[in-house]
Amino acid sequence: MLQSKSFAKKTKQGRVIKVVREHYLRDDIYCGATFCKVCDTSAARLSASASATILIVDTNVVLNQIDLLENPKIDDVVVLSVVLEEVRHKNLSVYNRVKALCTNPLRKFFVFSNEHHRDTYVKDMIGESPNDRNDRAIRVAARWYQIHLGESTQILLITNDRENKKRATEEGISAETVESYVKSLGKPDLLDLVVLSSSVDVPMEDVEDLRPSKKKIIYSEHKPMSEVTSGLLHGIYHQGKLRVNRYNPFEAYVGSESISEEIVICGRANMNRAFHGDIVAVELLPQDQWRDGKSLIIDDDDDDEEEVHLVPNSADDVPRFENPVQPTSGSSPPVSSHPPGRVVGIIKRNWHSYCGSLDPMPMPAGNAGVAHALFASKDRRIPKIRIQTRQLGNLLDKRIIVAVDSWDCLSRYPSGHYVLLIENDINSRPFSSQVLACLPPLPWSLSLEDLANSNREDLRHLRVFSVDPPGCRDIDDALHCKPLGNGNFEVGVHIADVTNFVLPGTPLDEEASQRGTSVYLVERRIDMLPKSLTEDICSLCSDVERLSFSVIWELTPDANIVSTRYTKSAIKSCAALSYVEAQARMDDSRLMDPLTTDLRNLNSLAKIMRLRRIKRGALTLASPEVKFQIDTETHDPLDIGMYQIREANQMIEEFMLAANISVAEKILKHFSLCSLLRRHPSPTKEMLEPLLRTAAAVGLDLDVSSSKALADSLDRAVGDDPYFNKLIRILATRCMTQAIYFSSGDLSPSEFSHYGLAAPIYTHFTSPIRRYADVIVHRLLAAALGISRLPPIFMDGPQLTSIADNLNYRHRNAQMASRASVELHTVIFFRNRPTDTEARILKIKSNGFIVFVPKFGIEGPVYLVAKDKGSSDWVVDEAHQKVTKAGTKITYGILQTVRIHMEVVEPQPNRPKLQLTLII
Amino acid sequence: MEYVDSLTGFRLDGRRPNDMRQIRGEIGVVAKADGSALFEMGNTKVIAAVYGPREVRCEYSMANFSTGDRTRRPKGDRRSTEISLVIRQTMEACILVHLMPRSQIDIFVQVLQADGGTRSACINAATLALADAGIPMRDIVTSCSAGYLSSTPLLDLNYVEDSAGGPDVTVGILGKMDKVTLLQMDSKLPIDIFENVMQLAIEGCKAIAQYIREVLLENTKLLESRKGL
Repeated sequence: MLQSKSFAKKTKQGRVIKVVREHYLRDDIYCGATFCKVCDTSAARLSASASATILIVDTNVVLNQIDLLENPKIDDVVVLSVVLEEVRHKNLSVYNRVKALCTNPLRKFFVFSNEHHRDTYVKDMIGESPNDRNDRAIRVAARWYQIHLGESTQILLITNDRENKKRATEEGISAETVESYVKSLGKPDLLDLVVLSSSVDVPMEDVEDLRPSKKKIIYSEHKPMSEVTSGLLHGIYHQGKLRVNRYNPFEAYVGSESISEEIVICGRANMNRAFHGDIVAVELLPQDQWRDGKSLIIDDDDDDEEEVHLVPNSADDVPRFENPVQPTSGSSPPVSSHPPGRVVGIIKRNWHSYCGSLDPMPMPAGNAGVAHALFASKDRRIPKIRIQTRQLGNLLDKRIIVAVDSWDCLSRYPSGHYVLLIENDINSRPFSSQVLACLPPLPWSLSLEDLANSNREDLRHLRVFSVDPPGCRDIDDALHCKPLGNGNFEVGVHIADVTNFVLPGTPLDEEASQRGTSVYLVERRIDMLPKSLTEDICSLCSDVERLSFSVIWELTPDANIVSTRYTKSAIKSCAALSYVEAQARMDDSRLMDPLTTDLRNLNSLAKIMRLRRIKRGALTLASPEVKFQIDTETHDPLDIGMYQIREANQMIEEFMLAANISVAEKILKHFSLCSLLRRHPSPTKEMLEPLLRTAAAVGLDLDVSSSKALADSLDRAVGDDPYFNKLIRILATRCMTQAIYFSSGDLSPSEFSHYGLAAPIYTHFTSPIRRYADVIVHRLLAAALGISRLPPIFMDGPQLTSIADNLNYRHRNAQMASRASVELHTVIFFRNRPTDTEARILKIKSNGFIVFVPKFGIEGPVYLVAKDKGSSDWVVDEAHQKVTKAGTKITYGILQTVRIHMEVVEPQPNRPKLQLTLII
Repeated sequence: MEYVDSLTGFRLDGRRPNDMRQIRGEIGVVAKADGSALFEMGNTKVIAAVYGPREVRCEYSMANFSTGDRTRRPKGDRRSTEISLVIRQTMEACILVHLMPRSQIDIFVQVLQADGGTRSACINAATLALADAGIPMRDIVTSCSAGYLSSTPLLDLNYVEDSAGGPDVTVGILGKMDKVTLLQMDSKLPIDIFENVMQLAIEGCKAIAQYIREVLLENTKLLESRKGL
């Protein structure tokens, strides 16, 4: 079975070391064609009919045409292992997509390990480049396939490399380019997916250059990689991530480690084709080209203007402003604190797919013809993208997704092609049948086996209840409170026992771990787990027996924990209350029933715990959460307003925090290296800078030396109106980063702390129905209690880290989607309701100011200067953040209340936006 | 890094998870010694020489040229001392020492070329050399390693797989008596997976024992024909 030949490979890594590796060649690798008579066909995936055409693709085809390959009309493709390896080295995301194709049972993609096959292995020839060698390997494999499968089957090598195609034809292999192959299929919609390779990106190109040779060069050429590397080494260039100003797409920042300040890049020419998020090399401009950094909301350019959007909840969402110039009294022309620069090279592209719509344009003559259209992304930081399509009529006025292919220095806009995807990378597809097969059959009820399990305590006799937002169907937490004989209380937090149903390693588990979290949109929810689990089997509804995982404390009347106990349990909730109901019960002094007494006991305990937490330095931050009332028939929002927080909410929150902390302590004690925890890094001085500046402008002194100091000074920040304090808290919240998940093995214990909660350790345990992190923590806790064994995945440090990273990524995406959904509904709401309301000024710019509308939780710009006019009668003092109307006494300062008018306008079709204007 | 390709199921060097590297054994490579052998597991090449019976001692060393970068290695460093001890103990367990009181057996093993699994190769070479020297043994001791990477148990790790830092189980067994004389593991494994990995290593040991027996038989036949029997 083992046909082994060993050979020597030589690699150089700094010092020259000869590395010898064995490379076994085998005779038991099969061709993967179902009709093959010689091979073992148990793992075969290719077509069953011998007359089919089998495609063999080369590396560049996979790299550039992955969208085409993903189309289900393309099938019977052999992916050679040499191609896969090259793809993996060049582009990991494409590699993952091909890999997904090759494992998808519905697609006929087969991986052939040509490098280990006795007949298709090729030895390096002297003087041959690796590329040529790999091309030869592809041709050898293609010929082997042709001979192996016989003449009746057509083997077609797809390559865009002219040289490779020529040689293949010489060797008797039929070869075609992507374009000609797809044309021969006669499907115009497939042709749209074909990426037309431009002559710059793929030098070995088979399409004639139709362009006029004398075309204006718009952007300067990128420097070659070698020059960039040496420039970085000598400190001439600076490397960093390019972040485009959300308020002004013609201005970007690069934060580089080699230079302390951020480099500002103005204008598309200086940005030199870099996209938001790219890693770029930047050169500083000579001193005489430094202009003073006036922070305009937007440059006067042909692009559209700024949109009103939701108030950010953390530093990560906050759009960036440039720091205003510090006035140096009577000095020479003010120089911005940021040195300007320009992009000389792009080290790593951050291209992905963007969502948006096409710019309106007339239909070209002859409907079937190819049309070039400009695509404008919803994210204004992304430049317009030129695409080619044969179905313009279909795409106009629709929201589409476009991928970027290339951007050469001759064209003003990058070119791309149209694909269909989901923005924010959220999987909203229904669950697959494999996943659904893992679910227990409905109707589910508590079985005797569950009760007989010695690890599961029967707590059905306890008076357990849940408190949730009204209309909540996925109830994952419930509480009970029982006075004990000694004056103490027994308080239990019962969490839905999701891990009893979601077993590690099952398709259901993998799907959930991929999704990571449920996504809450205004009118719908994208679940992490199938509906039967979230709303029925796991949901702790009232009057049904459910399985749960409980944390039970004995608390003294002043809320000190005497003992903590963790157990799997069976409970029967007696009431599923809403926050309003719970609050009403507590407030109604006539009610003396046991449930209400429990609620009051819990509430008094929670108040003590909360007070103690705040004393420790926990921040009471505020975020303006917006609540919509949705019309059940049209799904249009009926009313909009801030989410009201009651005492009952705080009570539940307090016990959930306590349960999370108790669980974090327990799992960390048992698994100090592989616990999944959640930390909140302390904000750095720079991050708090905007808050301090605003505070200084209104004469407020904040102490940010620790979370305790900040919490105290926030408490002291009481202005002359009741909303002032909340406003300051909202501003503080957006300076913080978001809390993140991590594996305890990756950091030292001093870094575990949660800044916002002022807790040394924290984790997520209480919402396993909608967060995968909690599922992991449930498993850790079960293992810590000896109920079940720890799944092997926890032994694998890097894998746990990658799970934590995925959870952070999904969590963030879910939040962005929720925000986008709320923004969309805000626009729908105001479309037919122009409104006058009060707003607070957050920031003063040279041509207007940014306001925050507390009632609706949105913020946006108010222009004082009309766009086409250069001057106006407003005098703006950016340094003191004040604006005065010339000749009058009308002055606006920061945080001041103004009246504004809100209206939806539609400057371009399909892109409605909210416009704010000042009412004087 | 992916040590087992998830699409094709092959390891980096083209083996399946349960495949061993190619092994080769040769007897009588050091003429002056009482018994000697050369043993190869893939690119790992080990020479063993036995002098005795005197009293069992063992010395492990690696040739300066055995690894990629040629470095001078001091004798008696921690690693060599440990492996020497391991080999000595493994061998003592199978040599019938009570037949040779107050005598000394010297086993010298030197790694000529290292590519992972040197410990196992040394034990196999020592066994072969001891048999060549005609030293009475309970059974043939053979050794093989197995690891657990990319959630797959892998037999006979080579250098690249070994340096991945995953669990690495080295087992030495007395094949006919079904007794384990050596069991070492780096890193951690859940107990049920450990059992699978160890079982795989034991299968490897048995295959090696089978091969060593063939080598010995062939050698004996050769000696027979030389004596003119």
